[in-house]
Amino acid sequence: MSDRQLLVGPFNRVEGDLEIALDVREGRVVEARANSPLFRGFEMMLQGKAPSDALTLTPRICGICSISQSAAAALALADAGAVTMPPQGRLAAAILHGVENLCDHISHFALFFMPDFARPVYAGRGWHDRAVARYTAQEGSAVRPLIEARAQLFHIVGLLGGKWPHTLAIQPGGVTRAPDARDRIRIQTTLRAARRVLERELFGGSLEDFAALGSVAACEGWTRGDVALFSEISADLGLEAIGVGPRRYLSCGAYPLAEGRVTRSGVWEGGAVSEFDPGEIVEDVSHAWMLGDAAHPAQGATLPDEDMAEPGYSWCKAPRLGGRTVEVGALARQVVDGHPLALGLADEGSVRARIAGRLLEIARTVLWLEDWAAALDPGAVFMDPAPSLREGVGVGLVEAARGTLGHWIAVEKGRIARYQIVAPTTWNFSPRDAGGVPGPVEAALVGAPVGEGETTPVMVQHVVRSFDPCMVCTVH
Amino acid sequence: MNILWLQSAGCGGCTMSLLCAENPNVLDTLGDAGIEFLWHPSLSVETGCEVQALLGSVERGEIALDVLCFEGSVVTGPRGTGKFHMLAGTGRSMLDWVRALAPMAEHVVAVGTCAAFGGITAAGGNPAGAVGLQYDGRQKGAALDEGFTSRSGLPVINVAGCPTHPAWVTETLLMLAGGALGAGDLDALARPRFYADHLVHHGCTKNEFYEYKASARTLCEMGCMMEHLGCVGTQAVGDCNIRPWNGEGSCTRGNYPCIACTAPEFEEPGHPFTETPTIAGIPVGLPSDMPKAWFMALASLSKAATPQRIERNAHSDRLVQAPSVKARK
Repeated sequence: MSDRQLLVGPFNRVEGDLEIALDVREGRVVEARANSPLFRGFEMMLQGKAPSDALTLTPRICGICSISQSAAAALALADAGAVTMPPQGRLAAAILHGVENLCDHISHFALFFMPDFARPVYAGRGWHDRAVARYTAQEGSAVRPLIEARAQLFHIVGLLGGKWPHTLAIQPGGVTRAPDARDRIRIQTTLRAARRVLERELFGGSLEDFAALGSVAACEGWTRGDVALFSEISADLGLEAIGVGPRRYLSCGAYPLAEGRVTRSGVWEGGAVSEFDPGEIVEDVSHAWMLGDAAHPAQGATLPDEDMAEPGYSWCKAPRLGGRTVEVGALARQVVDGHPLALGLADEGSVRARIAGRLLEIARTVLWLEDWAAALDPGAVFMDPAPSLREGVGVGLVEAARGTLGHWIAVEKGRIARYQIVAPTTWNFSPRDAGGVPGPVEAALVGAPVGEGETTPVMVQHVVRSFDPCMVCTVH
Repeated sequence: MNILWLQSAGCGGCTMSLLCAENPNVLDTLGDAGIEFLWHPSLSVETGCEVQALLGSVERGEIALDVLCFEGSVVTGPRGTGKFHMLAGTGRSMLDWVRALAPMAEHVVAVGTCAAFGGITAAGGNPAGAVGLQYDGRQKGAALDEGFTSRSGLPVINVAGCPTHPAWVTETLLMLAGGALGAGDLDALARPRFYADHLVHHGCTKNEFYEYKASARTLCEMGCMMEHLGCVGTQAVGDCNIRPWNGEGSCTRGNYPCIACTAPEFEEPGHPFTETPTIAGIPVGLPSDMPKAWFMALASLSKAATPQRIERNAHSDRLVQAPSVKARK
C-alpha cells in the first residue's frame, strides 16, 4: 500500500507531453505508471496513401528524430521494393542521420538533463554553484555555446539535405542531392568547429581520449570539463544506483553502410549478446487505450479506444521482445556494440550509465562523421531511383538517438495497406503488458526517493530524463 | 514581453527549428529584445506542479500574459471531447486549456502549420480530429471562434510552415515586442507578410531550369521539379530561397520539391507529394497569377529554345556542363 499518490505533469524537457503517476511509500516510489497523453494516429493516416508519401509524412511524426523516421521509412520502402542504395548514398544518409543523433545528444545534455542540478533544492552541495553557473536553464554559460554548436552542425543537413527537421533527401534509392568537392570541405570545416566546442565545453579534452576510455574507473578518473562535473554530481547523489532499467539492451545496429552496420546488432543480457530477431517483437495493447489484440507489427493495427477504458492508461502500446521488456538508446547501442566503457556500465543500468553512454556516443559519433565526410566521393553516384512500388512488404530498422526504431509497411495495388511503427520511447515508456509487467521506465522508477514535501520529485525527474524520452514518437 | 509556449498535437519540430536560430542564437535574439519565456516546454526548468500553478495564475489573470505561442494542432477527438490530448497533470484537455488561455493573451501566435490550420496531423482522414487555433484547413473557426481576437484586437497570427523557419518565429515575436506588427502586416490567412508576400520560387537556384521547362524526371536530377515532381514553389508562400535554411539549404536546394507547407491543407494535395498531376500534359497547378494560355505558350516556346547546357544539366545529378566563358568583346 502506498501512503501518497502523485501525478506528475506536464513533464517538460522531454520531447512532447508526459504524465507519470506515482505511488509512494515511506519516501520511495513503489509503483509508477507512464502515460503518453497525446494521440495523433499516423499509422491510420498512412493507409491508402501512395508508398512514397511515407517519406513526406513520417518525418513529421517527430521534430527531434525527424531524420531517423525518414531513414526508417526509406529502408522499409527499399526492403519492400528490393532496391538498394549505392554505397555513397548510404554514406551521405549516414552523415545526415549522424548529425541529427549527435545534435539530439547535445540538446539532451545541455537543455533537458543538466538544468535540474541547478535547482535550489541542491543548494549547499559542493558542486551546486558550478551547476548553476554552467547549466541554469536558458542562462548557464554552457548553454549558449552548445546551442550554437548544434545550430552550426545542422548546416551539414542544410547543405546535404535542404533543411532540418523534415528533410525529404533520404529516398529508398539513395539521397537526392549529390555533394560536390566544395560541399565535402564545408562539412569537414563544420565538423572541426563542432569538435572544438565539444572538446572545450563538454569534455575538457580530446574526443579520441574519451572514446578510448576502457572502464568505469577510467571514466570516473576523467577530471576535466563538464563530464567531470557530472561525475561529481552523480557520485554525490548516488546516480549509479538510481533508475536501474531492465538491463536487457536492444540495438539493431546504427548506420547501414555498404560494408555493414557501423555498430553491432543484438540483444545484450547478463554479459552475453544474442542475435536480434525482429520476428520476436509483439506489441501488447492490454494497458493501452487501444482496441485489438497483441500482434507483431507486420500484422498490427492501430485502433484507438475512444472510451479510454480501463485498465488502459496510456496511448502507448507495449512492445515486448520474446515477451520481455528491453531498454533502447545510446547506452544500449554502445553496450551491444561491445564498447568496454559501456560494457562496464551495462550491469549498472542506472541514470549515470545512460548519461555516460550518451557522452561516449557524442565522442564516437563525431569521429565517425569525420571519417564518413573524408570518405565522401564527389564523383560517385548517390542515388539509383527506385521504381514506384506496387506490391510488397518491408521493414526498416534504424537507430535513432533514443534507440531502435522500426517501420513495417505493406503495399497492395500501389497503396499503403498497413503501416506500423515501433519507436524507441515506445519500448522505454511502454505501459504494463498483459502479464502486468511494467515498462522499462516504470520499473526504473521503483525505489526512487521522494522527499517529504516534494510534489514533483527531483529524483524522479532525473530518472525519467536520463532516458531522453521522445513522447511524440512514442504514440505517433 | 513574456511568452507562454504550449505544445499539443504536433511533432515539436517548430521548437527544434527555433533552436537553430543564428546571429545571434535564439536565447540572445529574444533576450536582447526583452522577450522572456514565462514557460517553454523545452527550455524552462519548471515542471509538473510548478507549471500547473503558472497556468492557473495566467488563467485567473494574476499574471498578465503578453503572448501565447501555440505549437501543434488542437485535437478535438474523440467525439469532440479533446481527450486525445489531456494536458499532463491537469485533467483537462488542451482544447479546454487553449480556449481558457487565449482570451487572456495580448497576442496569440500559432507556431507552425499544425497550429495555424491543422497541418500534417489532419492528414489521411484526420483520425484525431486535428484543427488549427483559428482555422480548420481553409475554413475559419476552429478551436477558437471565427471572430476571435486576442486582447490586442488581432486574430491569431499564423506563422505557418512545416516546420517554421526559425527567423519567421523570432521576427514575428520581435515585431510584436516592438509594436510593429499590425493587422495590415498579415495576409489574408493571417500569416506575417514579411515572409508570406514572397514565393518559394523567388531565389530558387533552379530558376534557369524553370525558365526553359528543363524538368527533372526523378529526384536525383538537377532540373526544375514543377513539371513532374510535385514542386509548387511557384505558388507557395515563403522566403525559403531568399534566406535559406540551416546555413545554405532549402527544400529545392536539397533537390526535393516544395510542397507548400505554409498553406492550409497542404497535407492533402490530392496526389502523391512528389508527383505533379497533369491534365493533357499541363500541370494542374500553374504559377501564381499566371494565365493558363500564357503559361502554355511560354512553356512550349521555352522548351523548344532550351540550350544544350541546360538540357544536359537538368537530367544529370550534378553540373556536367559549365556556362561557356565569353570571349572579350
